[in-house]
Amino acid sequence: MKWSILASALAIGLTALCNPAGAAEVTLYTTREPGLIRPLLDAWTASTGTKVNTVFLQGGLAERVQSEGARSPADLMIVVDAATLLDLARRDLTQPIRSEALDSAIPAKFRDPSGHWFGLSLRARVIFVSKDRVPATENPTYEDLANERWKGRVCIRGGQHPYNTALFSAMLAKHGEAKLEAWLTGLKSNLARRPAGGDRDVAKDILAGQCDVGVANIYYFGLMMSGAGGPEQKKWVEAVRVVFPAFSDKIGTHTNISGAAVAKHAPNRDGAVRMLEFLVTPDAQRMLAEGNFEAPVRLGVPAHPIIAALGPLRPDSVTPAQIADGRQAASLAVDRVHFDQ
Amino acid sequence: MVSLATIAARGSGELWPHLLRHVLPSALIETAAFLSGVGLLVLLIGGATAWLVTQYHFACRRLLSWALLLPLAMPAYIAAYAYMDVLHPIGPVQSVLRAVLGITDPRGLALPDIRSLGGCILVTSFVLYPYVYLSARAAFAVQAADALWAARGLGASGFCLFRRVGLPMARPALAVGVSLALMEALNDVGASEFLGVRTLTVSVYVTWLTRGSLEGAAQISLLLVGLVVLLLSLERWGRTHYGFVGDIRPSDPIDLTGGQSVMAALACFLPVAFGFLLPVSHLAVTAWERTVAFGMPRDLPIWIANSAWFAIWAALVTVGGGLIVAFAARVSGGGFLSRLGVAGYALPGGVVAVGSIIGTGAMDEAANTVWLAIGGTAIAWTLTGSALALVMAYAVRFLAIPVSGFDAAYARLDPDYDNAARGLGCQPGRLLRRIHLPMLRWPLTVVALLVFMDAMKELPATLLLRPVNVETLATAVYGEAIRGTYEDGAMAALALVVVAMLPAAFMALMEGRWRRTLKRGTAMRTAISGPPAGALR
Repeated sequence: MKWSILASALAIGLTALCNPAGAAEVTLYTTREPGLIRPLLDAWTASTGTKVNTVFLQGGLAERVQSEGARSPADLMIVVDAATLLDLARRDLTQPIRSEALDSAIPAKFRDPSGHWFGLSLRARVIFVSKDRVPATENPTYEDLANERWKGRVCIRGGQHPYNTALFSAMLAKHGEAKLEAWLTGLKSNLARRPAGGDRDVAKDILAGQCDVGVANIYYFGLMMSGAGGPEQKKWVEAVRVVFPAFSDKIGTHTNISGAAVAKHAPNRDGAVRMLEFLVTPDAQRMLAEGNFEAPVRLGVPAHPIIAALGPLRPDSVTPAQIADGRQAASLAVDRVHFDQ
Repeated sequence: MVSLATIAARGSGELWPHLLRHVLPSALIETAAFLSGVGLLVLLIGGATAWLVTQYHFACRRLLSWALLLPLAMPAYIAAYAYMDVLHPIGPVQSVLRAVLGITDPRGLALPDIRSLGGCILVTSFVLYPYVYLSARAAFAVQAADALWAARGLGASGFCLFRRVGLPMARPALAVGVSLALMEALNDVGASEFLGVRTLTVSVYVTWLTRGSLEGAAQISLLLVGLVVLLLSLERWGRTHYGFVGDIRPSDPIDLTGGQSVMAALACFLPVAFGFLLPVSHLAVTAWERTVAFGMPRDLPIWIANSAWFAIWAALVTVGGGLIVAFAARVSGGGFLSRLGVAGYALPGGVVAVGSIIGTGAMDEAANTVWLAIGGTAIAWTLTGSALALVMAYAVRFLAIPVSGFDAAYARLDPDYDNAARGLGCQPGRLLRRIHLPMLRWPLTVVALLVFMDAMKELPATLLLRPVNVETLATAVYGEAIRGTYEDGAMAALALVVVAMLPAAFMALMEGRWRRTLKRGTAMRTAISGPPAGALR
């Protein structure tokens, strides 16, 4: 008797745990960290009165939307990294959006011509060099990092991390597979330590003298310099100088994007589009820049003062689509040169 | 598992030549080295400390005997972050060392980097040894009593006694502990990736997310499961001749005095210090600094409630499922299925999650089709993205804990009980309810608490499967860690450790009660149903 009561209680409890799909709200699936976009979402809710449901995911966002199928509650998807963003469109999980507001705000290079995805911010992958041990006149290119003279002096995070595979994919677009592999081999033989940790560790290791030069995304510089991570981090980053590298063709710095796409089966498509349009307004773009030190995708909106002080960002010519196309090949090249071992 | 196999079968395997040539050999070697290192260390730490606290009386023994469980509450990746900060050349340890040695340049003092295989083995072992400790302690505490006295009478003592008598008799228990620890280690991806160790599990994730082949990832995962099943079967086969049913009187600890007592206390204190106190104090200091500067995270109470709520459900469902599997194996005598269930523990959590999301997606689709066909309107809710799906994934992930726990407990339970009951016309359901459950009370408590702790710490499945608008402590910590701002997650991490610690404290309390009962000299029945007797052996 006791057991059957317990069993029915369990059954009722479990049914209560099931997932009801919402209607007049906007549901956001995002790989951007909650702390980062929360202020933006709050501002949007305050101005429109529309509630935002969020779920923060990492790998598997596409698989989740795909398996939820036509009844997926997702309206808008926000992700980091060109390959991840374009992957959503290529798996047929997005729908085309025509919007004057979006087209005029976002440069053509950073959005899909047919409206399946839109860039929201720019993330430059730069080079940190030691202020003490690298002359101020020295500004290495990406290719230079494989140069013999940096032997035992380079730090970088794991080669299979999306930030790196995107950079390597751009290298592939520039020079082809054979040269990418040769470059990776050179870079690997220059490493001061095994590829590990995160981008901030590059600055930390430069201060500690473990390496003299390293690759990191620029917003980490802003994050550490702002003191938001505590006073020690400011010390780490004060040991480094930021170089905006270019490839050997001198066009510009490798720049990845964060971006958004409206879900194919969005229950609230209009809400999703309105939210997307809000995200590229000057105010929202400023908040995005302030919050994570990334460059706004909208022209004319200034970067955070710490980043702006480093000089202007000239993005390289390789497109998000090219980065996405070459990601797998770049990843396999990382394996072939045994970069991470 | 079925949807995993389906995904795996979908793949053409075109990536395999590449994987075989460039990825798997080194990943296999690295995994083997990692697992051997961790296996050896957890056996050493867990076994030795368990032996000390059960066979000897020494200073602070009671306090230490439960404090040794504390590292269970510490997720490996959080420990890895903490160690990285503390041991970095410009971290506190090396800075002080340099100051003492009078070195000014950080490069003047070259110590081994924590970002290495060795570093990863150390960090992982210090948080995973309690699995061995817990099961070994239970075994040492009771089963060896008579044999130990006999051996002592014949002149064996100290280390010899441990090696010749204690160790072989506790082998099944040690095997369970070590295999749980190793499966947990194999599952970890946060710590190993952060410390630059490329295990098979890391390969699984990279194959899925960067090499762009979920099929390939599923195939490697199944290979992983195959390996684990093989290892478990080998271990079981290796001790088939070990049949042991003994007297279950607790052993009488010997008093240690003076230096010996201090040494024993120190030996038990060090694992607690490295696996718990050090990372926790680092977290506490960081959390304090952040709270002073920016205040408490607004949603912290909600995260705590969500984490605890899911973990409770996970414990209920997993333990229920585990009991059914173990009971079925006992009644029917089959063991392969239960080993397959156990191997789920070694499956990378993210892969279990993707497999489950694809499985629930198919179930939703089927339910909807059937419902429409019999004239209903489209079903508004889905299993995918529901809390129920998450709890189911936890059950798959953690089934190993109750199954191996109950298996070991059953091994101690004389089959004559079953035979007598069955002979008197007792149906299986009644046998379980009236005979087994009362005797399995303590193992049941222990495995439920272990699942609770593990579910609290679980990250990849929670991250992918949880419902919209639900944040748990683990996902909140990860949200900061992924940005590289893990100090912002310190408060949530600390809360996670504290909440996950509660069961350890509870276990200690229960155990104290059990010891008192035992001292009063209650009969055999209490000894079987009370603590350590069957706990995770």
